[in-house]
Amino acid sequence: MNKKKLFIRPFLYLLPAIIIIAVFRFLPILYVMRVSLYKWGMGGAEKFVGLGNYLRAFGDLYFWQSLTNTMWYVIFVVPLTILFSLLIALLLNSKIRALGFYRTTYFLPVVTSIVAISMVWKWIYHPRIGLANHILSILRIPPQGWLSEWRGIFEIMSGRNLPNALAGPSLALLSIIIMMVWKSIGYNMIIFLAGLQNIPRHYYEAAEVDGAGRFTVFRNITWPLLSSTTFYVLIMTTIVSFQVFAPVWLMTGPPAGGPLGTTNVLVYYLYDAAFNYSSYGYASALSMILFIVILSLTVIQRRMVERRVYYE
Amino acid sequence: MKKTYIYIVLFLGTIIALVPFYWMIATSLKTPVEAVQFPPTWVPAHPRPENYADAWRAAPFARYFLNTIFIALSALFGVIVTSSLAAYAFARMEFKGRETIFTLFLGMMMVPMPVYIVPGYLILASFGWIDTYYALIVPWLVSVFSIFLLRQHFRNIPKALYDAATVDGCSDLGFLWRVAMPLSKPALVTISIFSLLASWNSFIWPLVMTNRDAIRPVQVGLAYFIQEQSTNYTLLSAASTFVILPVVILFFFFQRQIIESHMKSGMKE
Repeated sequence: MNKKKLFIRPFLYLLPAIIIIAVFRFLPILYVMRVSLYKWGMGGAEKFVGLGNYLRAFGDLYFWQSLTNTMWYVIFVVPLTILFSLLIALLLNSKIRALGFYRTTYFLPVVTSIVAISMVWKWIYHPRIGLANHILSILRIPPQGWLSEWRGIFEIMSGRNLPNALAGPSLALLSIIIMMVWKSIGYNMIIFLAGLQNIPRHYYEAAEVDGAGRFTVFRNITWPLLSSTTFYVLIMTTIVSFQVFAPVWLMTGPPAGGPLGTTNVLVYYLYDAAFNYSSYGYASALSMILFIVILSLTVIQRRMVERRVYYE
Repeated sequence: MKKTYIYIVLFLGTIIALVPFYWMIATSLKTPVEAVQFPPTWVPAHPRPENYADAWRAAPFARYFLNTIFIALSALFGVIVTSSLAAYAFARMEFKGRETIFTLFLGMMMVPMPVYIVPGYLILASFGWIDTYYALIVPWLVSVFSIFLLRQHFRNIPKALYDAATVDGCSDLGFLWRVAMPLSKPALVTISIFSLLASWNSFIWPLVMTNRDAIRPVQVGLAYFIQEQSTNYTLLSAASTFVILPVVILFFFFQRQIIESHMKSGMKE
């Protein structure tokens, strides 16, 4: 076999993948960096503005609002998802009957399209005739505006006017949060279940011999041995949550992102800048900001995983 | 904790997981008058299955479905061809720069999808591909995750098998097709599940890349249908039900594989 053949053949195998990845994964990243430095409209580059688009973001109240909304979204979705999916995984892991049935049921929302799900939940949240208000009325709680309610939830609960920073996410954003937690529990439950099944049985047997209670077992065995799974779920849920977009487009408005911009999240804002206002330069700068936030989270995750592997 | 409490909590959880689906189906069978009653009824008094036919005719859903099937199958075919070739090179061939290229590929997995919509749109627009099937298929002909998964499988194939095959005059491509691929069935099932689910449910990319009904996939078609018929909840529910039906059926048949694929992909990282 000649050397040349040895050298060329692997690249022929790689060629289709390399072409697609170069053009549709790698090039766009360079391109978005470039576009973010220009005033870029329908017709292409109009003017080089350097970091102007980034500076514009810093002075843009709507950008800060979208960032705050995204933060509230992440702060609520991540712990709630972890709490519920871990709870269900623990229950499913305790030698129960019909495990398969529960696993399938909880997983159903995961495989269902966000478009259909957003439609049903919007209908459930209907401020006059929705199912949510019907259930509240059974519980003797006054009806709520749900997706049309712009007031912060802490303001609603305390019944008085609070400064913006303390008002919390609007009830409209919370409505989306509840739906998204409902949709993502199944997936994370599965990850937790896999993590739980990896914990060697003999730890539990030893604890049983010692007569340890359920809570002690959880605190001293399950929680520490599950920590790498929990950390994975924490980072992945955070990364995914920063990218929330579809429910805002599908459930809020018109104009989407309302009421009063309280459901306008980062990805919706950059979509709006690009495809409703044709400000591609500004939208690219916003994309870069999103990219940097998520990349730092990914790097933290990789670091932690490496460290764990190293010490084991 | 007593077993009874566990079952009570799990049962409540089941109700919460299923009620939105029940509500969608119940609404899809109500008359427009019954649908807007308050308090709402749990069971449709006069079931009206005609809603499904009405919804189907109210927008070109047959077209949307065909588009999605065409896009999903093309992408799946592309992903399997490109991933198996690339994974084979990474797993079984020695060449300079192998690790560097592989690391670069993996690095692409760290870029979140929404970052691609603006530059992706501009690049596809410069190709003249907006509003064409190319925009919806070509960028998704490769999946780094699939390359990664197949590479793991190919590496575990014993070298003796390869030596035996080549002695019998089997080429590399022949080995890949006749030996390596059949031995990697579990990975191929996982890849197919993820690829098909992703194509069926993908929303933001086709939303940005299409402007006309003729090439819209089903999720975007449904989204615009929902926007146009905003208050007609019986039709919207019927349409949503038939849009999720194929995935739900697929899920019930392949639930074990689908759930285990998600399990594995999660722990791979």
